[in-house]
Amino acid sequence: MKKIIPCGFHCIKFIDLGVAFGDQRVLEGINLHVHCGQMTAIVGRNGAGKSTLVRAILGEVPYTGEIQFKNKMNLNMQGGLKIGYVPQAINIDRNTPLSVYDLFQSFTGKLPILFKSKKEYEHVKEALDEFDVAELIDKPVGTLSGGQLQRVLLAMAVHDTPNLLLLDEPVSGVDKNGMDAFYEKMAYLKESHDLAIILVSHDLDYVYKYADNVILIDKTVTAAGRPKLVYETEAFKSVFGKGAVVDSEVKSND
Amino acid sequence: MIKEMFSYTFMIRATIAILLISPLFGMVGTMIVQKRMAYFSDALGHSALTGIAAGVIVGIGNTTISMIIFGVCFALLLNYISRKGLSSSDTLISVFASCATALGLAILSRGGSFSNYSAILVGDILSITPAEIIQLIVLFAVILVFWCVSINRLTAISIHATLAKSRSISVRVMEDAFAVLIALLVMLSIKWVGILLINALLILPAASSRNISENFREYTYFSIIFSIFSGVLGLFVSYFTDMATGPMIVIVASVIYFATYLYGKDR
Repeated sequence: MKKIIPCGFHCIKFIDLGVAFGDQRVLEGINLHVHCGQMTAIVGRNGAGKSTLVRAILGEVPYTGEIQFKNKMNLNMQGGLKIGYVPQAINIDRNTPLSVYDLFQSFTGKLPILFKSKKEYEHVKEALDEFDVAELIDKPVGTLSGGQLQRVLLAMAVHDTPNLLLLDEPVSGVDKNGMDAFYEKMAYLKESHDLAIILVSHDLDYVYKYADNVILIDKTVTAAGRPKLVYETEAFKSVFGKGAVVDSEVKSND
Repeated sequence: MIKEMFSYTFMIRATIAILLISPLFGMVGTMIVQKRMAYFSDALGHSALTGIAAGVIVGIGNTTISMIIFGVCFALLLNYISRKGLSSSDTLISVFASCATALGLAILSRGGSFSNYSAILVGDILSITPAEIIQLIVLFAVILVFWCVSINRLTAISIHATLAKSRSISVRVMEDAFAVLIALLVMLSIKWVGILLINALLILPAASSRNISENFREYTYFSIIFSIFSGVLGLFVSYFTDMATGPMIVIVASVIYFATYLYGKDR
């Protein structure tokens, strides 16, 4: 099951990862290798522990086992693992007085958002431009559409060149065009930035089309590998039904 | 008329005090509203009573010190318990606030002497002394520095704590530091504005500013301007009408709130 694909520079290893809340074991025996330049999609039924895995990677919940960040000589990488995280949603209502600049700067900048300097402003604008949302810089965050907000969050996540891009169901509330654009962007990012991407997703069709690896989780890893292989396993079919594979194949050939 | 007003030293001192406290209220209030901590600051205000009571029991002459110590401990305790997540935080805060208030009232009313302390309920800014103004100046400087250093991180945490943590912002430290800061501000100004009204002064300017602002700079600066304006106007009106200062300030601030609400409604 542990298929190791040779990789140019570095990889992130999860070794016997487990998470328990009290007596309840939510995840156990997770062994994974995630490589740079590849998109790994995590799928599974609701409550299978996908979000818990994300929180463990972020260090939000205590876990047993290890998460290692190694280079090709199997030595630990200097400076540790830098994660660019894109959450599912953010805690902002429509009339929150926060512009896209403020949002970006509060997470990434040193200059207090009480002041505005041309230099910082241009810097943020450039970062937004990579995701084609530079024109939104002065808009209140609460008025953005789902797709726009997601691009802004992505721009923030890749802004200081992370090693791992971690996305927790980031495309809820985005239309089909938006979905395609999003996955195209991911494909571009993993190559141009040499990023490892871990993506929690419900969109089996898109995962089938774009992901390099799929990991099916149900408390532990029940199937892993190329999408085509995973989608044909009994474990996958028992979670998503037999039709899922055929549908995905048809749709990804559109 | 104005000249006559400033011929009284107490009015000059009160004006200086207002000019020091009100911008702080406007500024700190923005983050209290943003982080939905109105309940928290309210509870802190009420715990001032317990702080005084604790000082009386231990026999500290200067109750400001016992209030500050108690306030800081109370704030950290509330944070600690909220983090445990055993019950929803508004319920928890309510339980602890009622408990603290009751304890304070019970102790202070011993032997029917509560009337000695009732001034703390509405506050009296006209009685401020030069030494106490110095205290406020120090507080002003501390909060200003803290604000410039921490505002980005506090904002980030208010938007998404996990995302903030993933960018190596120490969420716990910042939340505790902010809670201590609120405690300091509340305890050092509660004598002048009163337990009953202190939360209104923290919340109203920021809430008004929120009605009309589109970014964080506008939010902060409008809030500070509204706060200073209501503070000064409230003080002057109270002088001429011979009514208590605290309530007058809150009335002005409320009028501003409703005005901005109507103005910003159609945005």
